[in-house]
Amino acid sequence: MSEFLQFAFSGMTVGAVYALVALGFTLIYNASDVVNFAQGEFVMIGGMVTAFLYASGTPLWLAALLAIAIAAVVGVLLNKLAVEPARGASVVSLIVITIGASIFLRGLAAIVFDKQIHRFPAFTGEDPIGIMGATIVPQSLWVVGGGLAIFAALYVFLTKSVIGKAVLATANNRLAAKLVGINTNHMMTLSFGISAAVGGLAGVLATPITLTSYDMGISLALKGFAAAMLGGMGSPLGALVGGFLIGLIEQMTAGYLSSEYKDAAAFIVILVVLFTMPRGLFGPRVAERV
Amino acid sequence: MAPMRTTPMLSVRNLRSRYGRIEALYGIDLEVNAGEIVTVVGANGAGKTTLLRCLSGVQPASAGSIEFHGHNITKLPAHRRVGLGLAQSPEGRQIFTNLSVEDNLRLGAYLHGDERYDQDREDAFNMFPILKEKRYQLAGGLSGGQQQMLAIARALMSRPNCLLLDEPSLGLAPILVAQVLDAVKSLRSLGVTLLLVEQNAFAALSIADRAYVMETGQITMSGAASDLIADPRVREAYLGL
Repeated sequence: MSEFLQFAFSGMTVGAVYALVALGFTLIYNASDVVNFAQGEFVMIGGMVTAFLYASGTPLWLAALLAIAIAAVVGVLLNKLAVEPARGASVVSLIVITIGASIFLRGLAAIVFDKQIHRFPAFTGEDPIGIMGATIVPQSLWVVGGGLAIFAALYVFLTKSVIGKAVLATANNRLAAKLVGINTNHMMTLSFGISAAVGGLAGVLATPITLTSYDMGISLALKGFAAAMLGGMGSPLGALVGGFLIGLIEQMTAGYLSSEYKDAAAFIVILVVLFTMPRGLFGPRVAERV
Repeated sequence: MAPMRTTPMLSVRNLRSRYGRIEALYGIDLEVNAGEIVTVVGANGAGKTTLLRCLSGVQPASAGSIEFHGHNITKLPAHRRVGLGLAQSPEGRQIFTNLSVEDNLRLGAYLHGDERYDQDREDAFNMFPILKEKRYQLAGGLSGGQQQMLAIARALMSRPNCLLLDEPSLGLAPILVAQVLDAVKSLRSLGVTLLLVEQNAFAALSIADRAYVMETGQITMSGAASDLIADPRVREAYLGL
């Protein structure tokens, strides 16, 4: 029992990180139908910038805020310099552009920072808390809490605010969005900025546990993608649930089978989802008349 | 110095537009005065929709000028034109299918605050009661006629003083055509000036003040709607009489 609980705790922790990556996917996907494969790099930027600023003497909270802001700026630049100029290109081309951007950002990080593994201290101490024979580090609670808070904020933003609805409208019908007065370029920039900030926050929260390095983004992007697919692309609730499920499946596989198979779990989930329920658990079920 | 005559609300001079190398508009001249219902009739492919797309700004003009209330808006992006009071209800099913009917209306009022929204929404529901009934449903599930009504209602939510209406009767059952055209006619009493593009020439000419006939990207005839509806060439070519 305590063993199961231990796997569940670590599953929830990594799951929350995947959920944050998947929530980042959700926002950009909702505004543009594009799956942004540079999403993992935003997480890396969040972690690396915090680690370097902290090492140079900046207080941790300030380093974290600056890191999130820098990630957001990188997100906006990605849209302005790479995605917006290719406006009118097919969605597949845009996705390939984001893959190129992720390779570029990874290379840039290797030069600007270095190729070492970095971390910074946990926010509220490192002493594990014992629960029914299992333990959990306080930072895990930060990660899980951060995932839940960002989900709630995004959910309210997309379903209650007019700007959030405008983001959804931009993805659904760009022509009609322009005709009601929505500046569709602003909506794209906004969603890349918020998405990147969410990614940066994930890096800030998770790095004390997962550590960070210039090339950690790619596996996060793939796991986050698996989470978003499982939950249903475009659904914030799906991203949250999908993230936690992928984290749990991965840690259970690592615990009960072998940690060798840990990474395979997420990809097997992608295949099963694509074969059996391509819209995922909470994907849109719009009955469109044609 | 007072102008000799009032400037038209919308004034189009020698407007040209192309899709790649294919020219779609060969120099259109057109005017719409405040309070008028003006219609552009013509066969499928004559360039009527392209003309409206240029006016609303989603299709670039390659030459010529568009003036609205005396301002040159030829290069203005589409979303800014809505703010000036020039709105388009697009052809076909250009609604937000994954949002509710009510959210579609709310986005129609995107440039306005919340204070006028409730009243404007009630006006829209009065004009098209079926939208009130379906307000919480996804717009993608509406029938073609209901989607057309939603597109018109959404355009009205921006409180335009000039509304560009593209094929409001397209694909509608005859009883719905009458209902939609009645609604269009009633817009004049709300102070909305209308430019109506229609393949259904008879319906359009019967509610319009003035009309232009368009053929292969050019205006070939223009005049009072009542004159054109009696013109033998129009009757033969567009009214099937």
